[in-house]
Amino acid sequence: MTALLARLLGRMPVGWLQLTHNYGRLASAVAGVAFANVLVFVQLGIMGSMNTATRDTYKMLNADIILSAKDANTISEGSNVPRQWMFRAMSDPGVADATPLYMGSVQWKQNGNDTKLQLLAMDPVKTGFFSPQVRHKIVSLTLPDVAMIDLKTRQIDQQVLAGIRPHSPLTTEIMGHTISFADTFTGGVGFSADGYVLTSDQTFLRLFPQRQSGAPNHILLKLAPGHDAAAVIDRLRADLPSDLRIRTIAQAADDDVVFSTTKRPTGIIFGFGVLMGVLVGIVIVYQVLSTDVADHLKEYATFKAMGYAPGFFLGIIFEEAMILALLGFVPGSLVSWGVHSLLRTATGLPINMDGTVVFLVFLGTLAACAVSGAVATRRLNAADPADLF
Amino acid sequence: MYRKPGTPDPIVVSHLNHWYGSGETRIQVIFDATLSIAPGSLTILKGPSGSGKTTLLTLIGCLRDVMDGSLRLLGTELNGASEPAQVALRRRIGFIFQAHNLHASLTAQQNVRMGLEVHGTHGNRDRYDDAAAHALRMVGLDHRLHYLPGNLSGGQKQRVAVARALVGNPEIVMADEPTAALDQESGRVVVEILKALGRERGTTTLMVTHDDRIMGLADRVLTMEDGRIVSDTAPR
Ligand SMILES: Nc1ncnc2c1ncn2[C@@H]1O[C@H](COP(=O)(O)OP(=O)(O)OP(=O)(O)O)[C@@H](O)[C@H]1O
Ligand SMILES: [Mg+2]
Repeated sequence: MTALLARLLGRMPVGWLQLTHNYGRLASAVAGVAFANVLVFVQLGIMGSMNTATRDTYKMLNADIILSAKDANTISEGSNVPRQWMFRAMSDPGVADATPLYMGSVQWKQNGNDTKLQLLAMDPVKTGFFSPQVRHKIVSLTLPDVAMIDLKTRQIDQQVLAGIRPHSPLTTEIMGHTISFADTFTGGVGFSADGYVLTSDQTFLRLFPQRQSGAPNHILLKLAPGHDAAAVIDRLRADLPSDLRIRTIAQAADDDVVFSTTKRPTGIIFGFGVLMGVLVGIVIVYQVLSTDVADHLKEYATFKAMGYAPGFFLGIIFEEAMILALLGFVPGSLVSWGVHSLLRTATGLPINMDGTVVFLVFLGTLAACAVSGAVATRRLNAADPADLF
Repeated sequence: MYRKPGTPDPIVVSHLNHWYGSGETRIQVIFDATLSIAPGSLTILKGPSGSGKTTLLTLIGCLRDVMDGSLRLLGTELNGASEPAQVALRRRIGFIFQAHNLHASLTAQQNVRMGLEVHGTHGNRDRYDDAAAHALRMVGLDHRLHYLPGNLSGGQKQRVAVARALVGNPEIVMADEPTAALDQESGRVVVEILKALGRERGTTTLMVTHDDRIMGLADRVLTMEDGRIVSDTAPR
């Protein structure tokens, strides 16, 4: 290792020799970096799963443009949109088709479980607005009080869910209404609900008697062939009232993710957690490096007297910083990987460590250690060769 | 003493003054020092404690900025010399300190190697280990190449320090009481090594010492008192 580093650095790996000379200090520094890595990875993992869950909702829809109320910061919040704007939008030559989207959540109490279901309801005749994955099953929703349930719904017996077929539906009572789950699909759970349910608009309105068919949550549009979304959106914005948000579905999903991570308490808390992790790492590495500098002032003063230039000492400290980053990152990311799979099993959230995140955290670790090193170099000035005699 | 004709003196000091502290507490510790040291000589600087020997040595060795007067080291004026110029000059000097000042995390050979790496590593890397081993052989430590300083005796450590100071073939060797921390026998061995290598390579050596047994080895003995050079003798 020493020989390899010597080749790499083109000089004696003094930093490496110093670090490995004091195993206790090295171990605590590596543990500190690893701990900071775990903190950051876990927070990012949860935050990432939140974003995946947010995007998954949009993936269940198959449309080009979405019309929402100005206050609809996320897909399940905000005011309703008067359906009349749908008819107005359809008069634009660029709009091929449109449908209202109704959303609402219900508590499903059964066998002592209290499950929160997020309902997505559309006209079952317009199968094209459902994702390709479920499109062929939509016909079953045309019957009243029939719904399709998310296979990933939390708290529900997996075997019961897997056994659901159109000829063997699961009939249950939700908010005083009898509902038959006649089919299943693979959705995904997020922070706001335990699972998704697809129904027809008619079934939805029976479950929510206070809601009106003329006031859906969103209006979905499909573009006519050869028409450009941006141009159509510009025309619609000019034509429709300004209290409507008119965006592509992709834009709406992006806005939703940004809102959830920056404006929602959960997003802010996890973002703060990442920051804490980074700070913990920087402080620990700074502590270790500056103690190490303080312990070697005499050696550094000697090297100064021998004619080593200031860059040499900066090099030693950065060498140490990078070694700590590397040695800490390996166990840190392995432990994080384990923690992620535990959390995934426990919560059902799509918590993953994808390559980009691993790479970015690695770069972040190097950068944070470099910052610590840079701060620790201030102590070098205390090494004065004139004090050696 | 060997002297190449026409070689300029490596150390030329004239009217050098130095103070410590500032304002009210400012005290002068070097008064109008003037001396010139011939190349290849072994000069010993002695005098009572507090007379300014270390101060003069650190000034000559570029470890302290010159305040007043002139000090030419290896042809370069140190009064007003830039930091990079001073760093470059230090590389041409071998320092031996009272304490060995070895790096505890580096083996004997690695410590000595540091005396070579300061000159850059281009192309010479592979030779450096051999050169370091050779320097340790000269101080009688070729069987301790891979020992950490913690596992060496005081005399052995000081010999490693001597090897480190000499390995880069410095033009000047400066030592401040190199034998103070050693017993008589080890001290004598260290100075004899210094003397022998100095003669072999024509190195100019300037050494501060209180040790009377060493005086006989010197070409010249300078005595300081209260910041002034009060006598300048040649023992032989
Ligand atoms: N860094 C300093 N700041 C202030 N005064 C100093 C400093 N270093 C030395 N002195 C003072 O300057 C004077 C000369 O000190 P110096 O160390 O040069 O003496 P010395 O001849 O080497 O003595 P010794 O034989 O004890 O090593 C002394 O009075 C000392 O107290
Ligand atoms: Mg002294």
